[in-house]
Amino acid sequence: MSLALPAAPQQQSRRQLLVSTALVAAGLGMLMAGMLAMWMRFRAGAPTRESSDGLYIIKDWLPESIKIPEVAANTMFSTFPFAALMAQWAVYASKRRDAGHRSLALVITFVIGLAIVNAQLAIYMKMDMGLAEGAYQTMFYAITGTMMFLVISGMAFTAVAFFRSVGGRDDDQQLISAHALYWYFLTAAFTAMWFFVYVQK
Amino acid sequence: MTTIDTHGGAPSDGPSMPFAAAVGQWVTSSDHKKIGRLFIGWSLVHAIEVAVLGAILGFERMSPAGLEVIAGDAALQLSWYSRHLLILGLIAPLFLGLAIAVVPLQVGSRAIALPRLAQFGFWSWLFGSGLVFVSILGNGGPGGGSSDMVDLFLLGVGLVTAGLVAGSVSVATTVMTSRAPGMTMDMVPPFSWSALVGSITSILSLPVAIGTVIYLYVDHTAAQAAFGSNKDIEKWIGWVYSEPQTFVFIVMALGVLAEIAPVTARIRQPLRPVVLVGLGLASSAVLGAVTQSSHVLSLDGSASDKISSTLPFLLFNGLPLLGALVSVAVALLALKEGRPSVKASFAFASLGSLMILAGIAGSFVQHIESADIIGTSFGEGVTAYLVYGAVLCALGGITHWAPKLWGVMLDDKKVLGLAGLGLLATVLASLPLYIAGFAGQPAHAAFGFDYDGPVALWNLLAAAGAALMALVVLAFVGLLFAAVRAGAGASDDPWDAQTLEWSVPSPAPADNFAELPQVNSSEPLLDAKPSQEVPA
Repeated sequence: MSLALPAAPQQQSRRQLLVSTALVAAGLGMLMAGMLAMWMRFRAGAPTRESSDGLYIIKDWLPESIKIPEVAANTMFSTFPFAALMAQWAVYASKRRDAGHRSLALVITFVIGLAIVNAQLAIYMKMDMGLAEGAYQTMFYAITGTMMFLVISGMAFTAVAFFRSVGGRDDDQQLISAHALYWYFLTAAFTAMWFFVYVQK
Repeated sequence: MTTIDTHGGAPSDGPSMPFAAAVGQWVTSSDHKKIGRLFIGWSLVHAIEVAVLGAILGFERMSPAGLEVIAGDAALQLSWYSRHLLILGLIAPLFLGLAIAVVPLQVGSRAIALPRLAQFGFWSWLFGSGLVFVSILGNGGPGGGSSDMVDLFLLGVGLVTAGLVAGSVSVATTVMTSRAPGMTMDMVPPFSWSALVGSITSILSLPVAIGTVIYLYVDHTAAQAAFGSNKDIEKWIGWVYSEPQTFVFIVMALGVLAEIAPVTARIRQPLRPVVLVGLGLASSAVLGAVTQSSHVLSLDGSASDKISSTLPFLLFNGLPLLGALVSVAVALLALKEGRPSVKASFAFASLGSLMILAGIAGSFVQHIESADIIGTSFGEGVTAYLVYGAVLCALGGITHWAPKLWGVMLDDKKVLGLAGLGLLATVLASLPLYIAGFAGQPAHAAFGFDYDGPVALWNLLAAAGAALMALVVLAFVGLLFAAVRAGAGASDDPWDAQTLEWSVPSPAPADNFAELPQVNSSEPLLDAKPSQEVPA
C-alpha cells in the first residue's frame, strides 16, 4: 500500500524551457569552443617558411591565393548584436503584453538572421575555394558551416515564436526569453569565431 | 513546446493490445519510464555484444604471433568497435536510461522535462549505433578499408553523441526545474544528484566530441588533408573512448551506491552533503575530458618543474579519484552506523563501486611517468574495470528499481549469486591486463607483440572474464524476463526505502503522482513512517 504524503499546493512553473535553452546553449558553446581550439591548434602547428626575399617568416596556413572578404565578415559581426537586441525587444514587448511590437521584433530578428546567412553565402562565393583543396579549406567550411547551422536553428526558433505570437499566445514569455537567450549565445559564439577565423585568420 | 503522455492510468501495453499498436506506442511514447527502459534494454544488448567481442579479442591475443582468428586490419577495427560499444554503446546510455526512468519519480515530478527531446535522444542514439554497426560490417571504422564506411562510422558516432546530449539535457532540466514543492537542491536524492552532475558534464564534454566529428567528417569526405586517412582518425577521437572522459559516465554508477547504501543500512545517510560533494568532485573529470588531457606526472628536473607537473596531474587525475573515494567511503559509512540487511542490489552496487575505484586508481598510477605503462594494455584494464564495474552498479540499480519500472521483484538469492560472478568476471577481465601492461603488452594490439611472461595466460584470463560477464548479463536479463512473465507483483515499498518514488504504486503509473507531494526533508518517506526508528 502506498504511503500518503501531504499534498503540495499548486506548483508554479519553474522555467523549464529557459533552463533547457541555457543548457543547450552551454553545450553548443562547448561545441564551438572545441572547434575553435582545434582551429587554433592547426594554425599554430602549420609549417613555416622564409619569404622569397628572406625577410619574413611565412606560416603555411591560409593559402596565399585565398582572400577573405573582410567587409562581409565585419558586417556579420556588427549585425549579430542587433539580432540579439531585437530578440530582447520581443521580451520587453512580451512582458508588456504588447503583441504587435513582439511580433514585429521577431520578424526583424528573422530578417537579420536571413541577412547573416546571405552574408555568409556571399563570403563563400567571393572566396570561391573548393572544399577539397586543402586542410584550411575543409576546416573553414566545417566551422563556418556549423555556425550557419546554429544560426538557421535560431531562425527556426524565431519562426516558431513568431507564429505563436501572431496566433495570440500572450503567455509565451518564457519562450520569448529563451529565444532571446539563444540569440545572445549566437552573438557570443559568432564574435569568438569572427575574431579567430576572420580577424586572426 | 513538448507534449506529455497522460494515458489515464491503466497500463496501456497490456496483453490485449495488438502487437503493431504496442510497438507503435513504444516508438512514439513520451512516457519517461518507457524511454528509460528502451535505453536500458538496448544497452544490455550491447553489454552482451561487447563482452563476446572482448572474449574473441582476448583469445586472439593469446599467441603473440597471432592465432589469426581475425585477419589483418579487422582486429584493429573490432578493437575500435569494442571501445565504442563499451563507452558510447554501453555505460553512457545505460545510466542515462536509468536516470530518465528514475529521476522524475525521485524528484516528485509527473513527467520528465522535455519528453520529446529525451525520445529524440533515444532514437538518435539507436540509429547512430546502427550506422556504426553497419559501417564496421562494411569495412569501416578507424583503420577500415572503405572510405565510405569510415564516413558512415563518423556519422554514426555523431548521431550517437547527439542523442546522449539530448537525453542529458532532459535529465538535467528535470532535476533543476521539476522537483516537488519544498525539495531544495540539497534534498535531491543522491542518484538524482549524480544524474544532474553526470548530465551536465556530458552536456559540456560530448559537444566537443561532436565538433571533432564534424571536422573529421568534412575533411575525410572531401580531401583527407587536415586529419589524414582512415587510420589517422583514431588519434583525433580516441579521447572520447578513454580516461578521463570515461569518468564522466561513471558518476551515476557511484550515485547508485549512494542511493542504495542508506536503504540497506536502514538509516538516514550520515554526512549526506559530503556524499553529494564527493559525486561532484568525481565529475571534475570533465576538465580533463574537454581539454583532452590527463597530464603525466614527471618528477624529473628542477623543483619548479616537479611542481608544474604535479599540480595538473593532481587536478586531472587526483581530484576525480578523491571524489570517488569520498562518495563510496561515506556511503558505506551508513552500514557501520545502521542495521544493514544486505540485498542483491546493494551487493551489485558496492562490488561495482569497488571495481570502479580500482579502475580510477589504476588510471592514477598509469599517468605516473616512471611506472612506464602508458600505451600498454594497462589502460585497457583501466577501461575494463571502469566499464564492467559500472555495469555491475547498473544491474544493482535495475534490481533496486525493478518494482517501479516493471512492477516485479527479482529473485534476490539468484541475483546475489550473479553479483558474485560479476565481481569474478570483472576482476578476470581487468586484472590480467594490468599485469600484462607492466610486462609491456601494447594497448589495443591483437597480435605482433611479445614479452617475457605467460602471455597466453593473461589474455586467456581476460577473455574468460569477458565471456563470463556476457553470461552474467545474459542470466540477469533472463531473470528479469522470467519475473516480468511470471508477473510476480511487487509491493509499493519493498525495500522500506526513503525517497519519493516508493510512495507511488508499483509499477509506477503513467503520470507518476496523483497529487504532487510536499517535501520537507531529504528522506520524505522516512518522515511519513512514524513507526520507523530514525536517528536524529
